[in-house]
Amino acid sequence: MGDPGTKELLSLEELEASGQMRTGRKHVLSILVENKPGVLTRIAGLFARRGFNIDTLTVGPTDDEHVSRVTLTVDGALHPIDQVTKQLHKLINVLKIRDLEPADTVTRELALFKVAADGVQRAEVLQLCEIFRGRVVDVTRRSIILEITGTTDKIESFESLLRPFGLVEMMRTGEIAISRGRGET
Amino acid sequence: MRAVDAVMECLKAEGVDVVFGYPGGANLPTYDAFVDAGIRHVLVRHEAGGGHAAEGYAKSTGKVGVALGTSGPGATNLVTPIMDAMMDSVPVVFITGQVRTELLGTDGFQEADILGITMPAVKHSWMIQHPLEIPRVLHEAFHVARTGRPGPVVVDIPTDLSKVDIPYEPVTDVHLPGYQPTTEGNVKQIRQAAKALAASRRPVIYAGGGVISAGASAELTEFVTSDRFPITCTLNGLGGFPAPHPQWLGMLGMHGTRTANYAMDEADLICAVGARFDDRITGKLSEFAPRAKFIHIDIDPAEISKNVPAHIPIVGDARNILGKLVNEYRALDADAGRLDEWWQRIGAWQEKHPLGFTDSSDEEIKPQRAVQAIYEATGGSAIVCSDVGQHQMWAAQYYHFDRPRKWLNSGGLGTMGFGFPAAIGAAVGNPDETVVCITGDGSFQMNLQELATVSENRIPVKVLILNNGYLGMVRQWQELFWDNRYSQVDMGQTPDFVKLAEAYGVAGVRLTRKDSLVEDLRAAIAIDGPVVVDISVTREENVYPMIAPGAAAREMVG
Ligand SMILES: Cc1ncc(C[n+]2csc(CCOP(=O)(O)OP(=O)(O)O)c2C)c(N)n1
Repeated sequence: MGDPGTKELLSLEELEASGQMRTGRKHVLSILVENKPGVLTRIAGLFARRGFNIDTLTVGPTDDEHVSRVTLTVDGALHPIDQVTKQLHKLINVLKIRDLEPADTVTRELALFKVAADGVQRAEVLQLCEIFRGRVVDVTRRSIILEITGTTDKIESFESLLRPFGLVEMMRTGEIAISRGRGET
Repeated sequence: MRAVDAVMECLKAEGVDVVFGYPGGANLPTYDAFVDAGIRHVLVRHEAGGGHAAEGYAKSTGKVGVALGTSGPGATNLVTPIMDAMMDSVPVVFITGQVRTELLGTDGFQEADILGITMPAVKHSWMIQHPLEIPRVLHEAFHVARTGRPGPVVVDIPTDLSKVDIPYEPVTDVHLPGYQPTTEGNVKQIRQAAKALAASRRPVIYAGGGVISAGASAELTEFVTSDRFPITCTLNGLGGFPAPHPQWLGMLGMHGTRTANYAMDEADLICAVGARFDDRITGKLSEFAPRAKFIHIDIDPAEISKNVPAHIPIVGDARNILGKLVNEYRALDADAGRLDEWWQRIGAWQEKHPLGFTDSSDEEIKPQRAVQAIYEATGGSAIVCSDVGQHQMWAAQYYHFDRPRKWLNSGGLGTMGFGFPAAIGAAVGNPDETVVCITGDGSFQMNLQELATVSENRIPVKVLILNNGYLGMVRQWQELFWDNRYSQVDMGQTPDFVKLAEAYGVAGVRLTRKDSLVEDLRAAIAIDGPVVVDISVTREENVYPMIAPGAAAREMVG
């Protein structure tokens, strides 16, 4: 028999209150997986089914061709992070998972910005770019494309400064992360 | 040899003596290989029947079940048994045919992305990419299904790859770097658990289906009786501890005994073994066992603290852990008198709230009485499969299971239509046992095409229908929670089950008399081969006691 069994009507507020809430605490999970078909689907599917929300997800090769690294950031759903990692561990192609502590972790993201800036504005944009240690990767008469790497915070503040100039497009890769010190991530 | 002949070799190497399946275009090569393989194949009449039969075989024998289907619709018909096996941790290898590799992704005839469809419902799955990997993948599949927390796996084989000529070499070991189940159990945690048990004054042992999959019933019994620990089992754990034992409190949960649920409610320490704190057990989670600390023993680390925070977690094989726990506990020489008060309290509940029903002297057969009669007629020793509904709960309450693997039912998914095919699997796997299926008129109609299977193969399943003409459990909920507004629960023109059985060449018996019920049942069950027994029972009877969904144990009604 299904649930809920009783005929009491739920209010929308109650429903929302019972749902997930973002806690603000961000987790960066670094996951080593076997380089096999379907692995990413299994991971993504698991998150969807259990109601965990993925913020960013990047996948790339490692020095071992049979192994890939997935870097995944989650915003703390109601579910404790160890439930997330335990469930992930049940996937047979998952080799290793680390929940990286922000303080002990170097994270980077790459972003590309296309800005519709000409004349005086262009000079200002270029100056901003220099301050943020970005690079100009394309210039046309009416637009310019900038590349920037850094932490999510840095990219976000760069974006908010650029926006008034006429931001046409932005691409972000999602974070990759590596732990500080000599130990393996 | 052909890859499909290698499949047969793998099955034999894994000790498979029977598979349940249904052929089609995409697994024609496999079916060709059956002609010479010397493995028994039971042709079912619907793939779902084959999947549940494989589950029944696995649950009753402790071995891995195997079910086969073709691509597309054959494969999608297996989805329910796959999910069912997942929810109840049943080791089954499902082998599906797939369209030719060149057609993959083209919406080819009878193509279904069965890996994608079943991904949330399997322990793991494989699609064969290259014929040479077939032997290895199959052995990995059996290994994954059987070890750790058992479960269903799917192996999807594109038909063209299954025809390729490959060299076959037996695979002797399986190496899966990402899959290393913990079996041992941490010694420190076991010691801590023993200490907590020795100090507790109101302990309850709460055992689930994991005890049965782990083959840990003997160890559980030894542990429970090493002191006077009260014990309760989940629906899937029934038989994990002998029901007639004086320390047994009955089943717990939604339709468990008041004694078991009250004991959980007042316990100061609950030791969960192979149980997962399902919502049918906990009721309202925030009011579940409010005074208790929890020891949680489970092979699956993800179960620990999933629903209820464990104070002492022990990950590993229940048999292994219970064995060690008994020794640790005995060494502590706990105070013998400390449980006296607890048992007095429990005794008072048992006396005040025994499991029972009113049986007026009118002519109707009460369904509870019918289950009691089945218990008597089979001497309590049958393998009992049930379907889903009121009859399932009455079977759980009134058939007292004293051994493991004698009670097969769909506990997690609650799949109507499970019982009859599961009974077929159990009967095939246990030819010397009496196998009965206690079902409802609704549930039986979900897979009754398998009457042809039992008829053709003379599989001696005894189908016992508690016929109330209703989808009884739904009717009960509409009565209790929806102001008697019955909607779509009257089964209307129910078929004449006796004639139906006879149409399939199966014996049919109708029972309506109450005074000779036990003898009549005994006679019906004694009929050689498969039998369908239609037992007319009271139309509107409810399963009690009951914890309403979302309520707390203290609020039990009935
Ligand atoms: C496949 C499936 N569909 C629907 C349900 C919902 N359901 C649970 S119990 C039940 C009624 C079962 O009726 P019956 O088999 O006649 O047994 P009774 O409750 O009358 O003993 C239904 C419809 C289910 N569990 N499974």
